[in-house]
Amino acid sequence: MRRLSWFNVTSLTLGFAFLYLPMVILVIYSFNASKLVTVWAGFSTKWYGELIQNEAFLDAAWVTLKVAVISSTFATILGTMAAYVLVRGGRFLGRTLFSGMIYAPLVMPEVITGLSLLLLFIGIGLDRGVLTIVLAHTTFSMCYVSVVVSSRLVSFDRSLEEAALDLGSSPWEAFRLVTLPIIAPAVISGWLLAFTLSLDDLVIASFTSGPSATTLPIKIFSAVRLGVSPEINALSTIMIAIVTVGVISASLVSKRNSLRAQKDAQAAERANG
Amino acid sequence: MMRRAALITVPYLWLLLLFLVPFLIVFKISLSDTALAIPPYAPTMRDGLFALLAELDFENFVFLTEDDLYWKAYLSSLKIAVISTVLTLLVGYPIAYGMARAPEEWRPTLMMLVILPFWTSFLIRVYAWMGILSNEGLLNQFLQWLGLINDPLTILNTTTAVYIGIVYTYLPFMILPIYAALDRLDDSLNEAAEDLGCSRMQAFWLVTIPLSKNGIIAGSFLVFIPALGEFVIPSLLGGSGTLMIGKVLWEEFFNNRDWPVASAVAVILLLILVIPIVLFQRNQQKQAEAEQ
Amino acid sequence: MSQTVFAPWDDPKEKPLIRFQNVTKKFGEFVAIDDLTLDIFEQEFFALLGPSGCGKTTMMRMLAGFETPSEGRIELAGQDIGPVPPNKRAVNMMFQSYALFPHLSIWENIAFGLRRDRKSKDEINARVEEMLKLTRLEKFAQRKPHQISGGQRQRVALARSLAKAPKLLLLDEPLGALDKKLRQDTQFELMDIQETTGTTFVIVTHDQEEAMTVASRVAVMDEGRIIQVSTPAAIYEYPNSVYVADFIGDVNIIEATAKASGEEMYDLNWADGQPPIKATSTKPFTEGQQAHLAIRPEKIRISTEKPEDAPNAMQGKVLDIAYLGNLSTYHVELPGGQIIKTQTANTRRLARRDITWEDPVWISWSATAGVLLDQ
Repeated sequence: MRRLSWFNVTSLTLGFAFLYLPMVILVIYSFNASKLVTVWAGFSTKWYGELIQNEAFLDAAWVTLKVAVISSTFATILGTMAAYVLVRGGRFLGRTLFSGMIYAPLVMPEVITGLSLLLLFIGIGLDRGVLTIVLAHTTFSMCYVSVVVSSRLVSFDRSLEEAALDLGSSPWEAFRLVTLPIIAPAVISGWLLAFTLSLDDLVIASFTSGPSATTLPIKIFSAVRLGVSPEINALSTIMIAIVTVGVISASLVSKRNSLRAQKDAQAAERANG
Repeated sequence: MMRRAALITVPYLWLLLLFLVPFLIVFKISLSDTALAIPPYAPTMRDGLFALLAELDFENFVFLTEDDLYWKAYLSSLKIAVISTVLTLLVGYPIAYGMARAPEEWRPTLMMLVILPFWTSFLIRVYAWMGILSNEGLLNQFLQWLGLINDPLTILNTTTAVYIGIVYTYLPFMILPIYAALDRLDDSLNEAAEDLGCSRMQAFWLVTIPLSKNGIIAGSFLVFIPALGEFVIPSLLGGSGTLMIGKVLWEEFFNNRDWPVASAVAVILLLILVIPIVLFQRNQQKQAEAEQ
Repeated sequence: MSQTVFAPWDDPKEKPLIRFQNVTKKFGEFVAIDDLTLDIFEQEFFALLGPSGCGKTTMMRMLAGFETPSEGRIELAGQDIGPVPPNKRAVNMMFQSYALFPHLSIWENIAFGLRRDRKSKDEINARVEEMLKLTRLEKFAQRKPHQISGGQRQRVALARSLAKAPKLLLLDEPLGALDKKLRQDTQFELMDIQETTGTTFVIVTHDQEEAMTVASRVAVMDEGRIIQVSTPAAIYEYPNSVYVADFIGDVNIIEATAKASGEEMYDLNWADGQPPIKATSTKPFTEGQQAHLAIRPEKIRISTEKPEDAPNAMQGKVLDIAYLGNLSTYHVELPGGQIIKTQTANTRRLARRDITWEDPVWISWSATAGVLLDQ
């Protein structure tokens, strides 16, 4: 029987305190009335009000959201294709190069990815803006998507696809009617991952964006370089809140599903016995 | 058959055009002439391959060896990455161990709590420490209130702050693989060790640690590799004394606008990274084979 | 009264449904199927039997269209099916894992193949209901595969593969995932369904008992070749090789040199200083040729007294007794050290107490009890 020792309890408590205290403090100070971020001067929501009126931030947020939605959608399509090729493609010319190109961006320092893409865009004379950021984000996040999807495909029972073919489906129908619905959760988490990576990215976006398009991380970075600001605290709080609500509801949904599956399995057991 | 070809070609071409080609451009520019290269670099893409090859020189790399800024930046990046990997392991292992020993029904929640920060903006998580570590920040206020110190400690804009930042942001990467390894560990192994005469502590060192080795290795690489090329953490938390190669590259590019040198810095950074990446791949492969 | 026996393979005028013609399948250097020729007839329940890796699954996958032969040709009703993709073949397969689509209900699983044929709604409804009835699954139509038991899943897989009324149904270890009791019941159910639908079944199995129970003919395979194709009874009683004799059921193999002693009669010298064993064989053996006599344990009698009129009788010592309930098996050691297994049905309540360990006993058998094999 596993039992938590005092050491375990202490390390868990301190560990999670370390992970969460900075963010909790950030959230608390976003409601600070004082301009001086380290001195508590009473509760206020005025920084949120100022944030909403800050057009530059709103514009940047809009650009970021647009880029994230478009690039993660493309990344999901391309990444799923790439995963399918990696797992099911069999042998083809340059397979090693292909899998290398899928895995390399995962470990490539962002500064290098950003620099290399920028040099490409200049080389082919592409004006930097939303389009170039989308291209850059699609490229690196499709690799993450393909890793997520291919790990699902590897454990996928191939005879399900064969059964679909055997029952008269064309290969495309087999993919659409059988494979895709079953791997859908992995594809969706791939999309979410790509979306978050795009929302988060500062370095690659800095290299590939132009004066016409500034993303939120770029805006935040240039603001916080000068020091802590209460407006950024408020913005951070909003972002943390969105993520927290999202992740918690996603995990509740998955918990409900696994509970249901457990119940079903028990019911099947009874039907069997 | 046509469909299969299309399926392979689309992502393949995409990666060739937007990953491999840019990369070759970096390589090429790192070998081109600085004088002509501000901006844009001297030969454009339209010059033929021969012209391109004829113009190659190693001037930029020679420059990197002459200016000791670059050497120091590489070495200090390596040092910071190694030390912060070890620190992350020391902080992360007890947490992963505690999670693995927690009651079954808590574990999904604990897992979620570790993953949650990962979904939160990296930039914001680093930024959160700026308010805490500054001279009049909460940490100093707290220590002064406790009476431990009289004058505020200077932490922000030092290498110490960079360590804290790296440990904090990459901690989930360390915890998850170690937890996965510990979670698979059969409890009866420790009981067998104790049955055979080990103390609790000995059983931990002789059984638990060796069997979680793969998790430790995977976690260490997952922290070390991104830490080496890190830019955001040193530029927000580090000071002028904190040299890290990612930051040098950025400054070379955006501030000095010296693209060939920036490219040469990138090429060298990659060469340094190749070794840990290959080692990491091999470790993952070995693990995958062992599982089969 | 002459009842017509179902034996199309003995009728030279009969056209086979499936014909393998010198089929070879290689995976790189590995030869999975080696120059194999085989006919399977309409309405047969044909079993491919062999240990894992013998090529039986490869043969089935070639019939389904998931593998193409490296050489040779496969005909279905006289047509070369080599270039036909799996989704265009009138062949359906029941997978070992059942491969039920987890996101679809039982009803939708069964309707899947019918929908691909663009059949009308009424037609599909009628056919699915018919299949549900055939496999007694009406109550579970709206459940998902993970909400039913293993035996029910097996029936769904069967119903789904039969729904399109294929010319040929392939069954890959269809009962492998079921426990023993359920497996036996299901074997008979399979035979009933095969008879009702009149579909040709080809089953792949490594379980010889299963193959013997369900099949009209059995092909015993090893290392990509077919060793013997025959009815279950013929395979058991007249194996053509030591491999088949040993693979199917229990057998004693006695190595000896043959010497003709009359028409289709041989004396077998099996040990120095022992009287020769008398055996009949339609297969000719030359003087001094190496031969293997294969005798099933139940064909050997065991007694405490020397039997009067047995052509072959020898004395030995009981080494082991295995009481199996309906049967008892005795391991008898002969003077030369050879161990012979004999089997007796326990027809009376009390096991025969007169034979026990270390007892000297006589074992005996007739000249026709065994099969003489040259390989």
